Amino acid sequence: MTEPDKQEPETAQLVRSYVITNGRNLPGEDQFSLITLVTASADHQQRPARLSPEEQKLLEMCVGGYLSVAEIAGHTQLPLGVVKILLAALSEGGYLITRPPVERAPLATMEILEEVLNGLRTKFG
Amino acid sequence: MGSAPSLGEQAYVQQGETQTAVKILVVGHFAVGKTTFIGSISEITPLSTEETMTRAGESIDDLKGVQGKTTTTVAMDFGRLTVSERIVLYLFGTPGQLRFVQMWEDMARGALGALVLVDPERLADSFTVIDLIEQYGLDYAIAVNHFDGTSIRDERALREALDLLDDTPIVTCDARDERSSAAALITLVRYLQDRAR
Ligand SMILES: Nc1nc2c(ncn2[C@@H]2O[C@H](COP(=O)(O)OP(=O)(O)O)[C@@H](O)[C@H]2O)c(=O)[nH]1
Ligand SMILES: [Mg+2]
Repeated sequence: MTEPDKQEPETAQLVRSYVITNGRNLPGEDQFSLITLVTASADHQQRPARLSPEEQKLLEMCVGGYLSVAEIAGHTQLPLGVVKILLAALSEGGYLITRPPVERAPLATMEILEEVLNGLRTKFG
Repeated sequence: MGSAPSLGEQAYVQQGETQTAVKILVVGHFAVGKTTFIGSISEITPLSTEETMTRAGESIDDLKGVQGKTTTTVAMDFGRLTVSERIVLYLFGTPGQLRFVQMWEDMARGALGALVLVDPERLADSFTVIDLIEQYGLDYAIAVNHFDGTSIRDERALREALDLLDDTPIVTCDARDERSSAAALITLVRYLQDRAR
């Protein structure tokens, strides 16, 4: 694991990131948060594919079901920012379905907390 | 392309069709037991991501002239727990370091709350992380991770040393034990309920 404190020159990695993402900008937080759930759309195979190897790799990972953006970054070991950009491109092309995190209206929060509590008690009680 | 997914079935969110995600942060200084804690109750092998840090204010777009820039990567690790048919809970662990602002913003945004792991022998190391959590406006509970042989401080002394509010919950836990970790989380969630009322 990386020492959180270590500072190192990573120009090579940055350049690589820049190439992988084709210089695209980071998508807004609204679109892809750490816990936005993502899966391949039903018709992802019918699309006129001109995907980069990285996009292809991400899409294949998403075929099996829902994963969070953080999990996709964890499994691919790509930097989070890069993953968000690639997912945004795939999503724009119609390859992906995304499910944003729960809205935090006060009422919803009470319900969520109750469900989280019950879930923890059931599993570990 | 082949349609076989590149990960095993276990990797994916169960009942993903109906679920949305929520998150709780597990924070604390280096080696306080965050990864152990998350691993003890996660249904997936904990994963980690590294964020490439450009200097403050720079975006990926600025990378055209990257030569000579120094960046830092930081690991945050996380696990997952399906708590109901509707909700999947993610636990994000990270050390408290002021300069990783972007990562903290990503993690804190929309989080239900935070569990702060504390080693009673190294209380001063927890100050930064508690400051950060407060700065982001997150409600939190303290979980004292007892390493073998560490002394058990009385709660009042601990509360004073960490400058906690009277109602901030303090629980002890053994991060290696899933029931103990879950009990700490349950304490946090009950506190969050009180705060939301
Ligand atoms: N004895 C004991 N050791 C622990 C406990 N929790 C964590 N550890 C150990 O302490 C070390 C640091 O834990 P880790 O989870 O990696 O800390 P992190 O840096 O906060 O993620 C590891 O070697 C763990 O096995 C505990 O409750 N009791
Ligand atoms: Mg760790």
